[in-house]
Order: sequence, then C-alpha cells, then structure tokens
Amino acid sequence: MLKIKNISKQYKDFTLDNFSFSVNSGDYFILLGESGTGKSLLLEIIAGLITPDKGEVFLNNINITFKKIQKRNIGLVFQDYAVFPHLTVKNNIAYALKAKKLKKKTINKKTIEWAEKMNISHLLERQPKTLSGGELQRVALARTLALEPVCLLLDEPLSSLDIHLRKELRYLLRKINNEGITIVHVTHDFEEAIALANKIGIIHNGKIVQEGTPKEVFHNPKSKFVANLSGIKNFYNAKIKSDEIVMLENSIEFKHFSGRTHGSGFVMFHSKDVVVSKNQIDSSMSNNFQGVIVDMIPTKHGVEVIIDIGIIISALITQNSVDKFNLSKDSSVWVGIKALAIKFVENK
Amino acid sequence: MKNNYSALNLIFIFLGSIVLLFIVAPLLGMLLNTSPAELIETTKDEEVQKSICLTLTTSFLSTIVFAIAAIPMAYLLARKDFPMKQLVLGIIDLPIVIPHSAAGIAILGFISRDSVIGRIAESVGLNFVGNPAGIAIAMAFVSIPFLLNAARDGFMGVPERLEKAALNLGASPTRVFFTISLPLAWRNIVSGLILMFARGMSEFGAVVIVAYHPMITPVLIYDRFGAFGLKYARPISVVFIIVCLVFFIILRMLAKEKKTQ
Repeated sequence: MLKIKNISKQYKDFTLDNFSFSVNSGDYFILLGESGTGKSLLLEIIAGLITPDKGEVFLNNINITFKKIQKRNIGLVFQDYAVFPHLTVKNNIAYALKAKKLKKKTINKKTIEWAEKMNISHLLERQPKTLSGGELQRVALARTLALEPVCLLLDEPLSSLDIHLRKELRYLLRKINNEGITIVHVTHDFEEAIALANKIGIIHNGKIVQEGTPKEVFHNPKSKFVANLSGIKNFYNAKIKSDEIVMLENSIEFKHFSGRTHGSGFVMFHSKDVVVSKNQIDSSMSNNFQGVIVDMIPTKHGVEVIIDIGIIISALITQNSVDKFNLSKDSSVWVGIKALAIKFVENK
Repeated sequence: MKNNYSALNLIFIFLGSIVLLFIVAPLLGMLLNTSPAELIETTKDEEVQKSICLTLTTSFLSTIVFAIAAIPMAYLLARKDFPMKQLVLGIIDLPIVIPHSAAGIAILGFISRDSVIGRIAESVGLNFVGNPAGIAIAMAFVSIPFLLNAARDGFMGVPERLEKAALNLGASPTRVFFTISLPLAWRNIVSGLILMFARGMSEFGAVVIVAYHPMITPVLIYDRFGAFGLKYARPISVVFIIVCLVFFIILRMLAKEKKTQ
C-alpha cells in the first residue's frame, strides 16, 4: 500500500541513505531507532512536507513523490502535536473539514463525532494552552483522523506522556488501526514497538537494518544494535568450533547447545541468566569463568553487574545477593551460564 | 533583594533617571509654558484642525496601503532563504539611517512631473507634488521599515511546524497563510502598524520637501515658528503631541485587548 523506494535525503543534521520499506494495507508498522536517526524527516518526506533528494514514494501503486501535500491524504501527527494555539479544540478538529469546503452542518457533525471517538467531547470549547499533553495528543489525533486519511503517520506519539496515559493511548491507537487505518509510527522505545506493531523496521545509521514481525526481529536480532534495543546486553560476534564449543569475540570459548557444528554469527544471552558467586560452585552450569566487577548499576529490576571475564558481560542480580556476597567494584567473582541459555544466531 | 541595591545598581538607576528626565523635561517644560487659554484657542484654529486631520488621514492611508504589500514581503523574509537576503534586509533598514531631507529629495525626483511615474500619474490627472498622495508616499518611505521588521519578527515567531501541520490537514498555502501564519503573527504586525502610523504622522523632513502645501502639522509647526517665533509654535506643538499620544495609547490598548482575548 505504502512503498518507500530508495529514498535519500540530506537535511540539516540528518541523513537518510537509500531508504526502502513497504507497508501493507491495515499494517501497524513501527520504525524503531535511536533519536536523531532521521525518523521524523522520513515521515515528513512521506507526508510531502519535504521533497527527497532521491527516490520515490508510492501510495496504492501511484507515485506521489511530487504530489501536493494537500492532495496526498496522508495524516501526520507531530511529536509536539502542533495543535493550533489560537483556535479552540473544536476549531482545531474542524480545520481539516473546513479546508475540504464541507457544509457547516456536516463539519459540526463530524467534529463532534471525532471528539467523541477520541474522548475529548468535554474539551471542545477549550483553548489548547489549558490542555494537558495527553489531551493535546487526542486533539491532534482527532484533527488528523477527521481528514479520513488512508494512512496515519505518528511521530513519537507516546514519548511525552506519563505511563498511565501511554496505556490509554496505546489502546486508542490499536483501536484506530483495527478500524482499518494503516499506521506508520516512529519511536525509539522498544516496548512501544512490541506492544503495538505487527511489523517492525529497525533504523540504524540512516538505513533499515532489519525488518519483520516483532517476534522475528527480537528473537533473531541481526546486530548488536537491535539486541541492545530489545534489552539484551550480552551480544557477541561468534564462531562455532564444534557441536559443543563456540568462540566469542575471538577470545573466549563458551559451551553451547545450539545443535550446530559450524557457522559464524552472534551469540547472545540474557543478563538474568548469568549466575554470580563469590567462589566457584559445583553445578550443572557448563560455562564457568572467573572475572572482576568493573561496574555496578542499580536498575528497577535489580542491580546490573558488569564483569570482565576476558569479554565484558552483564549480569542482573538482586540487591539481596549484592549484600549477601558483599559485592563491589573490583571484587573478584565467578560467573556461570548454562549452555542452554546461550543463543546463537547465524549471520548470513 | 539585597543585590538590587548594590553600588552598581544605584549608579545605573541614577543614569537611567537622567535619560528619562532628558526625554520628559523638554516636553513637560513646553506644556507648562503653554496656558490653557492658548491651547483652547489653538484647537479652534481652523488651519490647525485641517492640518491635524490631513496628517492623521495621510499617515493612516499610507500605512494601510503599503501594509498590503509589506506584510507578505515580511512573511517571505521570515520564511525563505534566497541569495542576497542580507542585502535586502539592509535595504529595508536604509530609510532609518539616511537623512530624511535627503530622502525627500530622492522621492521628489521619483514622483515629480519629469519622472516616469509622475508622467503616468499626470496622464490620469494626478500630480503627486503638493498633493496628499505625495505626502503619503513620503511618509511611507521613512516609516515602512518599522512595519517590515515588526511583521518579520512576528512571522519568525510562528513555529513552522504549525504551518506544516495545516498543509498536512489539507489546507492550501493561501489558507495556511490567512488562518495560521497571519493570526499568530498578528500581535507583532499590529504593533508594527502602530509604529509605522506614528512614525509617518510625525515625519517632517521628507514631507516638507515633497509638499509644503497642503500643510501637515509638523510642517505647520515649522511654518509658524519661522513666521512668528517660538511662542506661536508652542501651543500647536502641544496640541499635536497630545493628539499623537492619544492615538498611540488607544492603538496600544486595542492591540493589547487582542492579545488578552
């Protein structure tokens, strides 16, 4: 339905380099990447606010690269909402309808309808400066949806909302998508991507580095960048030596149980699968190494302990364990990882 | 609060007071030197009444007519980058820095009967020299930078995102300009209009060269001073300053009301 073909653009500090992806009708497509990767720029190109240096944009197989913005029928909701400060909520929603030169009665009816759908009927006469972030977001959505766009572009729609509002808005966005509107949503938040998308594209250095369903992407990350995005800290270049041994970063051998006998790619394991002890323990764990703690970072799920065992690995343990073993920076510790916890992803 | 009374602050306050006094004292002196009787008599003077009316209307019309072209130009200057933009910005400020009598000479050459424009005007029966239209042109020449700069500041203060959002919502560029850019920059534009009107109203140098007659008030003041001396120029000066102030305050208040709405 929406197809981006070889888009390149140099704009201010951002670069898009030969960018391509396609979105099917009814998809909830999330472009996931760190801030400052040109995600917003891409949305503005699709919406027609900026023309690309190279490449084409197709909507329903029609080349719209140079089509007028007003004629594209693609709705864009800006990160800061861009609600018109001098118009009431009602006039903000009616703005697109007035541009369409509809009858006054129809405009009124539709405005009220969309306000009801977005749950902002009680705000219609209010001035934008009296609204909260969540309310402004709903106004921006109502205003854009009133246009009845075939495709909705969202620029970090949840980033400036608190957790409670995020949940509500996620629900709302899913509902909009379920009603048949194709959504392209850019974000740097991995959780948001998992919660909403049926298809994800990972942007890195101005390119899409991986694309697929959330499951495909996060179960088989094809780069350290994607692994980090999904919260996996332990991600290494690896070469399988035998059905038992895999060499990590050309420096340390791990036992594995991947069922493979050769190949190169990446090894990853979760921080919570790393066991930390003061002395070497006798257990079923087949990977045991001695190392030194180089850093300890408190997180909301416990303490992340960074250990140098020849390579740097991350272990997640509870504060209780930290106290019990009296762990601190520069302590010498043993770490153990089950061979089954080691995941190998081949890099073709 | 202690900081507010440091030695440096006291010196600054003292210097500031001198500047303030410098502006207020001559005006106040002139007002105190003029008797109420003189003022009343002056306001009844038909020549004075006529000249004040002429001054207000020519300045008002010149502001409105030139605003129609100046406001879109200010928008361009705020939004677009083009070659030699700095040069254009410099040219805009030119009328502020050149002597106004010299500006008057230039305008006179531009609109006199010998010039192309003068000839075209004459063919439809209009002679700019010694005509309110000529006065309005001279006023506009010296006062238009104030409107251009204020309006440009106003447009620059409108986030481009809002215009982009409006385009995305299906509005044409024209509609975006009239429904988003213009209303959001309006406060600055109004203050620019007021400045232009006030500056045009008080212009003497350029106008006196283009049209000694019909006499606008600044020229009339000069005329009375030349013919009869300080004592006769004073009451009319006071009356005109009061008129200017009243207009200035009314317009400021109107602009402020718009702001709080």
